[in-house]
Amino acid sequence: MLEIDNLHAKVAEDDTEILRGLSLKVGPGEVHAIMGPNGSGKSTLSYILAGKEDYDVTDGSITYKGEDLLEMEPDERAAAGVFLAFQYPIEIPGVGTMTFLKTAMNAQRRARGEPELTTPDFMRQVRELAGALNITPDMLKRPLNVGFSGGEKKRNEILQMALLAPSLCVMDETDSGLDIDALRIVADGVNRMRSPERSIIVITHYQRLLEYIVPDHVHVMSRGRIVKSGGRELALELEENGYAEYVEAA
Amino acid sequence: MMAGAERTRTRTRAEEALARNFAALASDDAVHEMRSQAFDAFMEKGLPHRRVEDWKYTDLRALMSDAPPPASPASPQAAEEALARADVFAGIDRARIVFVNGQFLPALSDLKGLEEDVEFASFGRFLAGGGALLVATDQADEAEAPVLALNGAFVTDGAVLRIREGAKLARPLEIVTVYAGAEPGLQTLRHQVSVGDGAEAVILQSYVGPDDVAYHTNAVTDVRIGKGAKVKWVKAQEEGNKAVHLGLDLPRVDADAVFDPFLFAAGSAVARAEIRLIFDGEGASAGIRGATIARGRQHLDTTLIVDHAVPECTSQEFFKAAIDDEAKGVFQGRINVWRDAQKTEGKMMSQALLLSESAEFDNKPELEIFADDVVCGHGATCGQIDEEMLFFMRSRGVPMEEAERLLVHAFLAEAIEEIADEDVIEALEARTRRWLSLASEVR
Ligand SMILES: Nc1ncnc2c1ncn2[C@@H]1O[C@H](COP(=O)(O)OP(=O)(O)OP(=O)(O)O)[C@@H](O)[C@H]1O
Ligand SMILES: [Mg+2]
Repeated sequence: MLEIDNLHAKVAEDDTEILRGLSLKVGPGEVHAIMGPNGSGKSTLSYILAGKEDYDVTDGSITYKGEDLLEMEPDERAAAGVFLAFQYPIEIPGVGTMTFLKTAMNAQRRARGEPELTTPDFMRQVRELAGALNITPDMLKRPLNVGFSGGEKKRNEILQMALLAPSLCVMDETDSGLDIDALRIVADGVNRMRSPERSIIVITHYQRLLEYIVPDHVHVMSRGRIVKSGGRELALELEENGYAEYVEAA
Repeated sequence: MMAGAERTRTRTRAEEALARNFAALASDDAVHEMRSQAFDAFMEKGLPHRRVEDWKYTDLRALMSDAPPPASPASPQAAEEALARADVFAGIDRARIVFVNGQFLPALSDLKGLEEDVEFASFGRFLAGGGALLVATDQADEAEAPVLALNGAFVTDGAVLRIREGAKLARPLEIVTVYAGAEPGLQTLRHQVSVGDGAEAVILQSYVGPDDVAYHTNAVTDVRIGKGAKVKWVKAQEEGNKAVHLGLDLPRVDADAVFDPFLFAAGSAVARAEIRLIFDGEGASAGIRGATIARGRQHLDTTLIVDHAVPECTSQEFFKAAIDDEAKGVFQGRINVWRDAQKTEGKMMSQALLLSESAEFDNKPELEIFADDVVCGHGATCGQIDEEMLFFMRSRGVPMEEAERLLVHAFLAEAIEEIADEDVIEALEARTRRWLSLASEVR
């Protein structure tokens, strides 16, 4: 599904290197968790996967479904099945949530040569999925994320993920800001999406999320690279001991 | 051979054409006498240019390359076909007064349901009767307002409308101005609208015409808003892509009235929409707003002068413009608060979004305050599309162009949504989406 090899990246405007030789392989159907101290480059990695232009990749490669991901525009990546749930979803005043969702779904369908969704079909899908995520019709009537609470924004990300049905889901700290009930709702939503054809990368600081979304692999990221990989027990160990050992190692 | 003041400069091609066109109108009736005065006043200074303060950013000497002769009347069939394009407010059940190529067409007009509340006559009838109804307005005079002077010289028709005191119009009233035909021509209209005390009305104006025809529109509207009246006034300028549109609205707003004009501009090669508003009585308010979309090589100018001459009036000006390609937008807004106008509130904001490297916007809000107890402010911004928003949308699969257009719509909608009328908001937002080639809204 995804193969990142020796990735080096820096901020486009200056020379600070943020990713310093990061490698990661994610197979189809796998769930990977990435943990690591603040500032280690987790969000940067997720942005580079989604195609944000603020970063320059100076070395290494990213292959997605056999193709060079770095050659693709952000919207092409999305149409090809890459989805990023943002750590800080932004508000877009003036763009209605429903209008945006339909625009995005149909844009992806067009890009893949599929017929566009009719409004009734679209409405039906949204209602079903929104209900399961406890997103009210009133929220859907508002402009995208405008006036949403932190937790509501995160749930809205998962709604978009469920609607767009990507093959590679990257979730950047989707759990932070969620109350206990919302955490369970979101985790259930993600678990329903687990499938042999879909891979998931969850970036998190908390082992609690991983009790709900059980990962196949856990990685520790420090100073721009993966410094340790293991099974889910690694998350427990980190919770116990912190990152000190890995920060030194990096 | 000595030259008069007139000949100290060479006339532009357009001025020559105007002089020829005017000479062809020769007649010996009383109306012509007034036309001549107006035309002389125009020729005294000629087309305004960049050294004339009010026209600094819209230099008509440079922008107006020619002046077509007065338009010939359209055949009934051509008129009807052309009218089909005037669908800006199609979703609204409204009465209509229709002008095609500068002529009132009763057969296409419809004032049903408003007979009790509205008196209407065509200005053309007064002109034909030799009736000297080219009333001078004290808000502008021909010597300093070239649009008014040209209007006086070439006017052929217009709406003389009176809305009765206390009337609540059952449906909005639209004044439609359509150009028909493939030959360039000039249509010149003078409207006089008077809204009685305490009346409530929604008045719509639409301007449409064919693409690729270099026709000109000149429209001057005198507006009287009576005491305590409530009027929404929405102008949609969607002229053809080669058109020149010169509009001048002259509202006077009496005590405690609420007058809310909105200027939507998307058409024309060159357009100027000017409003000069005077508060005549205390306690009145005006929300003057607008949205402009300019592309290609369009030049779209919005100019406002708001005079607070009496105390305790409120004006809010809020304008948005999205400028793409090599287009140019202009916003000039001046709020004058005269010495007696204590307790005035005035807030003016003009925001532009520049969508390309070569797009240009001159943004000039000004306040002139001679009273001491007022709350006034103004602001202007010129910015680009928010990169974070763009990236967010693209990361969901929306291609760059479409994401941009959605954000432009959102930007303009902020002004449109200030109109306190759901139907009008819906119509103008749908229009904006159409100009931006966006799919319709999902609610
Ligand atoms: N656009 C940018 N300009 C300058 N510095 C940046 C930029 N993006 C990221 N950085 C820097 O790169 C480093 C990694 O940031 P990143 O957001 O990827 O960390 P993170 O691992 O997601 O941290 P957190 O756990 O706090 O979310 C930080 O030091 C950050 O300040
Ligand atoms: Mg982060």
